[in-house]
Amino acid sequence: MKRVRIGNGGGFWGDSLDAPVRLVREGRLDYLTLDYLAELTMSILAVQKQKNPALGYATDFLEVARSLIPYLRSQPQLKIITNAGGLNPKGCALAVRELFRQENLADVPIAVVGGDDLLPYLDELFARGHLLHHMDTGEPLAARRERVVSANAYLGARPIVEALRQGARVVITGRVADASLTVAPAAFAFGWGFGDADLDRLAAATVAGHLIECGAQVTGGLWTNASAHTRLADVGYPIVEMTEDGQFVVTKPPGSGGVVNLETVSEQLLYEVADPRAYYTPDVVVDFTAVTLEQQAEDVVAVRGACGIATTETYKVSAAYRDGYTAAGTLVIVGPDAVAKAQLSGQIILERLRQAGWVFERSYVEVLGAGDAVAGVLPRAVDPPEVVLRVAVHDHRREAVERFTRELAPLVTSGFAGTTGYTTGRPPVREVFAFWPALIAKSAVSPTVELLA
Amino acid sequence: MVPTTATAASADTTSTTTLSERRVVPLSALAHGRSGDKGNHANIAILAYTEAGYTFLCDYLTAERVAQYFAALRPSRVERYEAPNVRGLNFVLYDVLGGGASGSLRSDSQGKALAMALLRMPIPLPEQVNNTSSQ
Repeated sequence: MKRVRIGNGGGFWGDSLDAPVRLVREGRLDYLTLDYLAELTMSILAVQKQKNPALGYATDFLEVARSLIPYLRSQPQLKIITNAGGLNPKGCALAVRELFRQENLADVPIAVVGGDDLLPYLDELFARGHLLHHMDTGEPLAARRERVVSANAYLGARPIVEALRQGARVVITGRVADASLTVAPAAFAFGWGFGDADLDRLAAATVAGHLIECGAQVTGGLWTNASAHTRLADVGYPIVEMTEDGQFVVTKPPGSGGVVNLETVSEQLLYEVADPRAYYTPDVVVDFTAVTLEQQAEDVVAVRGACGIATTETYKVSAAYRDGYTAAGTLVIVGPDAVAKAQLSGQIILERLRQAGWVFERSYVEVLGAGDAVAGVLPRAVDPPEVVLRVAVHDHRREAVERFTRELAPLVTSGFAGTTGYTTGRPPVREVFAFWPALIAKSAVSPTVELLA
Repeated sequence: MVPTTATAASADTTSTTTLSERRVVPLSALAHGRSGDKGNHANIAILAYTEAGYTFLCDYLTAERVAQYFAALRPSRVERYEAPNVRGLNFVLYDVLGGGASGSLRSDSQGKALAMALLRMPIPLPEQVNNTSSQ
């Protein structure tokens, strides 16, 4: 029976740079997927693109693509599907093509999947009645219009399938649903459609995509019972091996660290899920509770029984708008009464700023090591010998936040005995982008596929 | 499915064993878990190690109890979903992340620590439920 092997070598922008090569080297993959886009990554890319129109994509991917060149040569079956294109998939694809040319790898067809970016015609959408109401508050996005930096629909698998049909070996997309990066190669390889008869298979591939989209989170990363024996330093990234009926196993490269067992798979199955009976994607709505898991061999878990129903006529939209500035700084407080002294130190910082004329819209003091990471829920530590003081502020005045970043160091001489740990310098000021989830009619969005000549 | 939703805190009427007959263990003796974010909301998946443990937790670990346990984070509501295929209870805690990934001032802006916090919950265990540790 025909099998297809799909591996995920990265779950977010900032994930391991070495994982994709290690996965491709050991994984016997047909498809490598790389997910770069967390909820707010697009807003960061938007600001980069404003400064330089050639940017706006996950530049880490260029480094990864360079490292994969020998394998694109030696493994003719290997294809790469990634959402590294972010807000500029064409720019990303052109940069990859240039890179391949420099390395004399000119015969690799590269496709661009776009059409997810709504920002260029946002006002037109508003005018046509697509108001992008906030999914929680019901407010229309027009209320934030001047501050919106990005608005992207989560596309599904179909345009990626089309890109593969046109012969692409590297598919670079903007925003697509994470699981669709896996659904697309399965649908292409097995010739599935997107009709009612295909829903259970699409559901299975969606489960597969959901399980591997966060990289090592299904192979031992974040596993509750991970220990030194889990060998996370050498963690293998996940591979699904699927047959055309949609049944699949989750595994990882032989000899790699980490583990694939019923616990790692079931933890990831429910990761960032609301109702497990109705997991919505642009391709299908999946019932995760219909899935059965079986440990078939060491580091091999079989996943069966996924079922799906027809999806909605809307795409999810992730928009973001500018919402001021933030910074967070830390100091280490050692000694008797460390917790109380750290709390006081935090108050001293804010009081000195108040005396200098700066009162912040929001501020927050945490004493880490005392139980403040989940404050009021975790038990309080009894007389820890040392704690980390962390103070964070948020304000719409950049200069106020800048001023805050200069107020931590003085405590090293004018605070309590045992104040230390000011080694990283002033904390950076970061712009805040508020997240705006919405829905849009699929008919208002036109996915595009372009094979680079 | 219609989730069970926490409203006012309600008393536990599900068990026939009195509290004094029970041994108190942390939830981590019965289950493992993982948590994450969606905007300003968090989800916590709790997965029982055994069927007996799952049956017990379905009764005991109500949305109300979880809402009460995380009261300091001021959830606007807590919903619970069941996933019996993985012996899972999935809790969605609304508006608990202090603004969510970008705007939150907390070190745990994305709720990654919430599952570990919940696994410390003290659970009065009836004798008939054997707590089985992980594989």
